[in-house]
Amino acid sequence: MVETTPLGVDGEVPEAEAGPSFVTRLFGIPALGPFVALILVGAFFALKSDRFLTGGNLSLVLQQTIEVGTLAIGQTLVILTAGIDLSNGAVMSFGSIVMTKLAVDSGMSPIPAIALGLLACVAFGVLNGALVTGIRLPAFIVTLGTLNIAFALTHIYSGEATISGLPGEMTFLGDTFKIGGTAVTYGTVVMLALYVVAWFVLTQAPVGRHVYALGNNPEAVRLAGVHIRRLLVGVYATAGLIYGIAALLLVARTQVGDPASGQTDNLDSITAVVLGGTSLFGGRGSVIGTLIGALIVSCIRNGLTLLGVDSIYQVLITGILVIVAVAVDQLTRRGTR
Amino acid sequence: MNNTARPVLEGRGLVKRYGHVTAMDGCDFELLPGEILAVIGDNGAGKSTLIKALSGAIIPDEGTILLDGEEVRFHGPLDARRQGIETVYQDLAVAPALTIAENLFLGREVRRSGAAGKVFRMLAKRQMLREARAHMDELKIGIRSMRQTVETLSGGQRQGVAVARSAAFARHVVIMDEPTAALGVKESRMVLDLILQIRERGLPVILISHNMPHVFEVSDRIHIQRLGRRATLVATKSITMPDAVAIMTGARSGDLAA
Repeated sequence: MVETTPLGVDGEVPEAEAGPSFVTRLFGIPALGPFVALILVGAFFALKSDRFLTGGNLSLVLQQTIEVGTLAIGQTLVILTAGIDLSNGAVMSFGSIVMTKLAVDSGMSPIPAIALGLLACVAFGVLNGALVTGIRLPAFIVTLGTLNIAFALTHIYSGEATISGLPGEMTFLGDTFKIGGTAVTYGTVVMLALYVVAWFVLTQAPVGRHVYALGNNPEAVRLAGVHIRRLLVGVYATAGLIYGIAALLLVARTQVGDPASGQTDNLDSITAVVLGGTSLFGGRGSVIGTLIGALIVSCIRNGLTLLGVDSIYQVLITGILVIVAVAVDQLTRRGTR
Repeated sequence: MNNTARPVLEGRGLVKRYGHVTAMDGCDFELLPGEILAVIGDNGAGKSTLIKALSGAIIPDEGTILLDGEEVRFHGPLDARRQGIETVYQDLAVAPALTIAENLFLGREVRRSGAAGKVFRMLAKRQMLREARAHMDELKIGIRSMRQTVETLSGGQRQGVAVARSAAFARHVVIMDEPTAALGVKESRMVLDLILQIRERGLPVILISHNMPHVFEVSDRIHIQRLGRRATLVATKSITMPDAVAIMTGARSGDLAA
């Protein structure tokens, strides 16, 4: 609606947009803190272990980030709207069972099976969005419910059995190619590409600005004439689609459909989002921060494993990190406002 | 005031009932071109119901609304906005973490021309920054950068952003619902100046306020709402503050010559 800007001047602005000072802008970069944290974590493990900074190990770190990293993109979208999604790991698990079981047990050709798996995840996203907007239930409760529904459906449909012997189309994304002698999976590339797309839409397109504004002040967005319900359902549905892609990446990496997969991934994805500097109250943060947050978790897990530390300590440290990250977020917010 | 001018916005016999409560009971309304019309009334007089009807937030049960002499029916706030009626709300309807420019264009973002805008839906960020700067300058709101987030602004400056947004996009009417209610003395001053600036641009303003000194300072005429109707419509110059309050509270009837 360009023509409704009656004051649309052609250009003559006396001073260039001054903008905040360099330092303010530097601290204004949302993912700067998490990035510094990632560098520190990396430096620590590089000093402690010779193997940490090798290409093969870093490729492994990326591979271990794939599911949680992909789920965390959807989680970021939801959290930016001041919601939360507890169901994503279970939805991914359900999607992976749908696609593998259809292909292996029902003899469906792989591409339609994958499509139906994605569709199942989108359906869960739409259900979440519809319940949050339609009946105005808190996202926490809605997704706690759909978490259990997806979990139960996964086990009912699979009959608790792991599905193996997958067709090549389904595991292709788990194959590798070489970058300078290091094997990287196609799935890693898909995840990184999804981050780029999400970043682009959130920062460069109108709908992205609406998502942020919605988490900030829903009333302002409504008064600005944006269809809030459609936007929210769209966000949850898009998150669902991303969980579906995560399901495909999971299947490709593990080469099986495993009904027991993804059980802690919901909390891990929230951890990644929070460590990435996105506010749990919505409206602030960045998806690039989420990627860094997911990498921090993976680096810590991988590094501690290299150092021979028991895996339960990895969980302990991640837990402490989340609390520290949220506390830092809160304290800095109080400082500015 | 030129009494022969055709009203920009007019309401005739507006009725709105909520169950057994009649919030508006045959209310009339008239806004002339280029004037600042204050709407005052006690709590429960039907002030906000009237304003909601005029800004499309509710649909009246009976009566007609005329915009530039033609009957209109608003099916929502967006509808009224499309017809050139912009509303500034008291609760500062801005998104704090977005920049000034983003807030000004919220819901009306300008996209780039060509494939970048049509296919990739890319925002024309530079153009929006430039236009935001022009809007703010025109209203003499001194803010250094349009890239600042709104949360870094004072309450008055925030309201300034909301006012600038309405003024920029309004073609017919700007409605201000208690624009100074949340502000301090100095910041209220700034917003009152903004209201005068908008009138200078030729746009009529409807000002809803509880603050009598503000009303008497900037308005040309006063619409006094009482018991769901217009008790009187009077030129500000021809009424005193105590009389206005007396009509508002029912201590005096509104039948004085306007």
